[in-house]
Amino acid sequence: MVGLLVDNVSMHFNLPNGGYIQALKNVTLDIKSGELMSVLGPSGCGKTTLLNIVAGFLAPTEGQVNLNDVRVTGPSPERGMVFQQGALFEWMSVRDNVSFGPDMKGMSRKESAEKVEHLLDIVGLQDFKEKAVYELSGGMQQRVALARCLANDPDVILMDEPLGALDALTREKMQSLVLDLWKDTKKTIILITHSVEEALLLGERLLVMAPRPGRVHKEYRLPFADLGVGKDLREVKKHEDYASTREEILAMIWNMEEEIMGRAEEVA
Amino acid sequence: MTSLLVLFLYATAFFGTYFIASRFLQSYFQRKGFNKLKTVTFGDESAVTANRIASIISIVTVFWLWIAFTNSALPLPKLPGPFQGEIEFTYTVTLNDGTSDDATVTILVYPEDIQQTVGAQGIPNRAPDAPSRGLGEGFAKNDTTTVARYGFKVIDVWSNDEVAKADGSAVTAINGQPISPGQKMQIPEGEIGLTNKGTPTFAPYTGLRMARLYLPAPEIVWQRFVTLIADGYQGFTLWEHTYYSLYRVIFGFLLGAIVGIPIGYAMGLTNWSRGWFDPIVEFMRPVPPLALIPLIIIWFGIDETGKIVLLFLAALWIMIIAARSGVSGVAISKVHAAYSLGASKWQILSRVIVPNSLPEIFTGARVAMGVCWGTVVAAELVAAEVGLGKMIVAASKFQLTDIVIVGIILIGIIGFLIDVGMRALEKWLVPWKGRI
Repeated sequence: MVGLLVDNVSMHFNLPNGGYIQALKNVTLDIKSGELMSVLGPSGCGKTTLLNIVAGFLAPTEGQVNLNDVRVTGPSPERGMVFQQGALFEWMSVRDNVSFGPDMKGMSRKESAEKVEHLLDIVGLQDFKEKAVYELSGGMQQRVALARCLANDPDVILMDEPLGALDALTREKMQSLVLDLWKDTKKTIILITHSVEEALLLGERLLVMAPRPGRVHKEYRLPFADLGVGKDLREVKKHEDYASTREEILAMIWNMEEEIMGRAEEVA
Repeated sequence: MTSLLVLFLYATAFFGTYFIASRFLQSYFQRKGFNKLKTVTFGDESAVTANRIASIISIVTVFWLWIAFTNSALPLPKLPGPFQGEIEFTYTVTLNDGTSDDATVTILVYPEDIQQTVGAQGIPNRAPDAPSRGLGEGFAKNDTTTVARYGFKVIDVWSNDEVAKADGSAVTAINGQPISPGQKMQIPEGEIGLTNKGTPTFAPYTGLRMARLYLPAPEIVWQRFVTLIADGYQGFTLWEHTYYSLYRVIFGFLLGAIVGIPIGYAMGLTNWSRGWFDPIVEFMRPVPPLALIPLIIIWFGIDETGKIVLLFLAALWIMIIAARSGVSGVAISKVHAAYSLGASKWQILSRVIVPNSLPEIFTGARVAMGVCWGTVVAAELVAAEVGLGKMIVAASKFQLTDIVIVGIILIGIIGFLIDVGMRALEKWLVPWKGRI
């Protein structure tokens, strides 16, 4: 089967006092090749844990993750990752950051140089090739992070709140860029976000997770990502279903948050 | 007393020059750049910059105090100095039978450092002879003698008299004023007294300036510096003294870094290494390197090996800890990113962990170089044949305070230059430090 299968994954973290936290409980996801799934949920619902398990940084306590029918046992370049800011290598120029993956593979200098040129063209950073990454703005840095991930030609791109630290205007531009890249490259993308709008606009599928234990609460299939490709995302927001879906999800997350607070008060 | 006066003058200079500068250099005090747009600057540390006029006045003040408290030849205002020149007083000798006679004592007060100065023909000056005077009339004869500034002289006035102390004659008055044994009297040029056994003494007025032994004047230190460059000291040129100290520091530091950085990385990367080295590092880190000097001398003797080992140990723990905290300072997202880009463990170490830990390592290296520089001087004070510390301690044994001060100034300047060099190197190699 081609695609990513998260098969009944559970995750416990042992605590020093002998107890444990159940970060994920029986999560099953079937993501087809080329799908863009956004994941939403209140803090502590295990979004990042799930992403780390798919990336191979964490081994699940139960269940397994398969990519194209091969079990995931560790990190690999076929599952690229884009982090929130701060994961670029400051001691390298923009060009060296982007060519990091190809260099690790031992790709020839000429081949990787062509690849870097092409990717920097796509993300619009051709003029900043020789710059140090700490000289770039936050939005530009995330463009470099996207290009760096794409340079390895991964099957799946995992995004952990990649636009979370950007200002609203830059964020909108980057959302369009992510959509366009998705359509052009036909990559499978899992996008974790805190922003309901972002999840709605970018997610072909939208997964809402619930906390304690972290689990899948509800899943949506949305038309907005397809509508938004190559268009102004503000137009998409005028779609008849957009506002109602947003309100529904917001209310859902609010209820979860209140439930957590309520429980915390009971304990206190 | 003198030190309180120094403190008072220094405080006066600080507040006085601030008052004068703030009244008459208003234009400079108006802050430049965006700071002047702030209405609130007191309490805002970012708005504070070093006032360079104050820095210059501060350095000038130190030199002025230095000059003011020494017998400097420089034509600048100084504190009252010691008396120098000839003085004369009369003493009255009274015999058992009540007859008395007056005679004079002439004393030449000469500079206490006269033997360290050089005359017109390039020959070192000698202490002067006593001035010559006639013996005068009567049974008490005139005396002449010499005394150095800051000195004290017991004057055996009977040496040329026709009477002896044993015959029961006694000095009963000085300059016509009666005086008895154990008493003292002040004159502008100093203090005249009688010992408990009745012999006259003279101590010339010292003033508030310090003798050359305690604090040589700036120009004397400078002259000494010039002659040290030309002639060296104790068989080694000044350059050789400096070179050996620097060579020990750099060699010891490099050894410490070469051994310490890999150990620090290992401690940051594997459980076994952390467990293995942790007790040693935690135990040795608080031991000051100076406390190791006796053991090092017992083991390695006083030659170069011992000093290199000492400086190696001084740098080692600092570099281990710097490298270890450099590894722990690597953001996990960077390591994860490198893994998901296909890097192997070795590539993660060489491409991510090592470059990412460079800022920490440079901070450690700056500290280590400072500690090594302090340690080498101390080690040379204890035992060495050549080196700036050795030069200082040898000179102090011959009371050559000017060489001691030359050495201290050189040590300070070189230590400062080392730090400036390290900072320049850091800026060049780790340009991203503090910008992420």
